[in-house]
Amino acid sequence: MISFSGVAKRYPGGHEALQEVSCAIAGGEFAFVAGHSGAGKSTLLKLIAAIERPSAGAVLVAGQNVGALSRAAVPYLRRNLGLVFQDQKLLYDRSVFDNVMLPLAFGELSPREAARRARAALDKVGLLERERAHPVQLSGGEQQRLAIARAVVNRPSILLADEPTANLDAAAAGAILGIFAAFNQVGVTVLVATHDESLMARFAKRVLRLDHGRLAAGAQVAA
Amino acid sequence: MRAWLRQHRRALGAAARKLAAQRSGALLGALAIGIALALPAGGYALLANLRALAGGAQLEPRLTLYLRMEAPRAEAEALRARLSADPRVREARLVTREQALAELAGTEGLAQVVAALKRNPLPDAVALRARQADPALLERLARELRTLPIVQYVQADAAWARRLAAIAGIARFGVALLAALLAFGLVAVTFSTIRLQILTQRAEIEVSRLVGATDAFIRRPFYYLGLLQGLAGGLVALALLWGGLQGLNLQVAELAESYGSGFRLAFLAPGDALAVVAFAAFLGWLGAFMSVSRHLRDI
Repeated sequence: MISFSGVAKRYPGGHEALQEVSCAIAGGEFAFVAGHSGAGKSTLLKLIAAIERPSAGAVLVAGQNVGALSRAAVPYLRRNLGLVFQDQKLLYDRSVFDNVMLPLAFGELSPREAARRARAALDKVGLLERERAHPVQLSGGEQQRLAIARAVVNRPSILLADEPTANLDAAAAGAILGIFAAFNQVGVTVLVATHDESLMARFAKRVLRLDHGRLAAGAQVAA
Repeated sequence: MRAWLRQHRRALGAAARKLAAQRSGALLGALAIGIALALPAGGYALLANLRALAGGAQLEPRLTLYLRMEAPRAEAEALRARLSADPRVREARLVTREQALAELAGTEGLAQVVAALKRNPLPDAVALRARQADPALLERLARELRTLPIVQYVQADAAWARRLAAIAGIARFGVALLAALLAFGLVAVTFSTIRLQILTQRAEIEVSRLVGATDAFIRRPFYYLGLLQGLAGGLVALALLWGGLQGLNLQVAELAESYGSGFRLAFLAPGDALAVVAFAAFLGWLGAFMSVSRHLRDI
């Protein structure tokens, strides 16, 4: 589903975020991307979503070379990806429901069908009762769940999460990972970047370990 | 197709809500645009009125042939008949010296002067209207008629007409120049309005991009915002112009009545009024287009 071959990313200014990264994530897999802060976890996820482009090598998503996509083609790639960020990127000027509706605004769905989908997504993360609330009225864990609802409302085949539990206590973090696991159960490929070792231990999935931009472990699927 | 229409409707709705939400800001923007546009639109309206006023009399291609005092009436009549048959002449009319005197006596304030005259000092005259308004043709016709022995003097309105046309041309150019300058101003107003709007919606634009919104989808509401602001500005301009003309007409009516005329300044013709609004809407869109192209790249 996702493959990196000889990927390097150098940011303007010379910082080498990733070097010679080669790995593959199969469709329907659940994997962690681990490493110290600055190891290149975020960059790895950004390359998949074409938020950044590789300096060398190729990133393939569903057979498409993401690094070579034209600017006009990027939105269509992203509609097939669910993105969850550490800082959620919620819109605070509108309700929980309207936040989830955002990715459906440019789809082909009728308003009625879109609303139905948005409620289904909120239901899956346990926020259906709070649809009229505003993001500021939600707890940290609830805000992250809202971000997940927005990420999955378009029914993406790949879910990417960058430090989704960084600001949460262990219980809330466990709940978030539980939601990811549930989506993975129904066939969604899930890639979670985290530095929380205890969380990775609890979920016992494959771990792609980055160290100073190089893939230190997990390049191959564990037997 | 339905989805496409729905997206446009949604973008238009979003733009209208934005405009309504920042009521005072949008109102001020529309007012600025309206005032800027009212000036050239007003100039245009005044010119159109001037043309209507002047066109009635002076701009018609007329020549007046004053005949020699001793010319017999029969010869005058023969000249009139010959000119009537001339293909360049639309109409030739004999104004006898008696008629001319009576007309003069009818003019206010001159009755006593005419009464004091011992004899009629006026000659017979032939008033003619040419078929073509071209001043050069008129001039040539006048020169030709001047050579006739029976004709004492040919008065051509051509020079007058040419001068007036030149003045009107300069005025039109001035109005066009003013319109062009203010159009730049209008584009600048929308440019900065949209820039502010983009800045306040930065988060929304950023998130929309991340969840797969196309550039077209993100740009659309801003285009509509610019279009609506321009449209509102155009309507304000028309309202200002209408109000201004009403005010002026109070004065004009008084002046016109003293000349025994019912003349009033007319509002723009429906087509012209529509053109003002359409032009304003186009400029609003253009400002939005430039602003969006310039500022969305940075987000």
